[in-house]
Amino acid sequence: MLASPVSFDFDYLRRIVREKTAIVLEAEKVYLAEAKLGPIVRRSGSASLTDLLRDLRSQPWGATHQQVVEAMTNNETSFFRDLYPYEALKNRMLPELLTKRAHVRELNIWSAASSSGQEAASIAMVIRENFRALDGWKIRILGTDIAAEMVNRCKEGLFAQHEVNRGLPAQYLVKYFDRVGLHWRLKPILSEMMEFRQMNLSALWPNLPTMDIVFLRNVLIYFDVDTKRTILTRMKSMLRPDSYLLLGGAETTLNIVDDYERVDFSKFDAYRLKNRSSKA
Amino acid sequence: MRALIVDDSTATRFILKSILKEIGFATVEANSGAAALHKLTEDSHFELALVDWNMPEMNGYEFVVAVRQVSTFASLRILMVTSETDVEQITKAIEAGANEYLMKPFTKDAIRDKLQMLGFDVGTHA
Repeated sequence: MLASPVSFDFDYLRRIVREKTAIVLEAEKVYLAEAKLGPIVRRSGSASLTDLLRDLRSQPWGATHQQVVEAMTNNETSFFRDLYPYEALKNRMLPELLTKRAHVRELNIWSAASSSGQEAASIAMVIRENFRALDGWKIRILGTDIAAEMVNRCKEGLFAQHEVNRGLPAQYLVKYFDRVGLHWRLKPILSEMMEFRQMNLSALWPNLPTMDIVFLRNVLIYFDVDTKRTILTRMKSMLRPDSYLLLGGAETTLNIVDDYERVDFSKFDAYRLKNRSSKA
Repeated sequence: MRALIVDDSTATRFILKSILKEIGFATVEANSGAAALHKLTEDSHFELALVDWNMPEMNGYEFVVAVRQVSTFASLRILMVTSETDVEQITKAIEAGANEYLMKPFTKDAIRDKLQMLGFDVGTHA
């Protein structure tokens, strides 16, 4: 039961989000529904969120159902979120991989819940800003997200002003973005490194290249333990023994799967597959 | 931590003052670049200045240029907070010595992000 009474059917909303994404909406987040679904209510011509959900409940699954699920699972993000992962990327992970992958001159980096694209763009900026030695390498930053609308936005490379205000150094803004009316567009020097695809982490995964670095940050917190285990288990096959997996500050592999070991960076931990010899 | 809020809008100064107070700054206000420079000359113990661009007497850009000519103020971190959004203007402010740049309208989180980027301890997000 909900902590506070609302007029719309939150249980129905929670059920369809859970069924389609395995994401569990907390009852405390009920207040977010009005804000997140407001634009869909207006577009649909419904008088209220209550009416919209009642109509959706009586209809077969369609585009509006999908939009509702996507809107509820979109999360705010910012450029260089939490700073430390990007410090670790710049100071340790990329210098190390620069040596280890010198024979293939190829790097695959995955932003596994790319949302509106800030994480992928931040990774691209770290590379362009600090690693001229990677010029000429085949570098692919793959961004995936469950929401088609988000993936399309990422492909456009467009950011609103309030988004570039968050976490992006002004010097990078003028260096790597062009102003387009009220928005800012990523310059080709970054967007050419990036590729975006729709993907549901809790459903079957498409064929993807083996990854050198995976940002799976602030995603697992939304899933139940079984889904976390499934995702972290599948992730094993995506990683090389020396690849890095980056989780959010409130996330861990501990007590979920036993196949990863923590790598200590300053003020930040990443994960790597356990060494076979240390497993015994 | 002490911050100088430089903006000719009383409302903007009030909003910035509330945000900075919550983060842990003591604040002093000025309604023009000239007034801010005067306050800074009288008392240079500020770690941070939030500076608007368009103001009477001395605008924010001129204030940055003036401040960066005085070695006593070298450690002052300057965050421009302005509705000027042209690439040329942002570049000009940074080249003149502004440490960061925030476009209006802004949110509390955006201020926090920028101060964190400038090396201030802003605590954890609510």
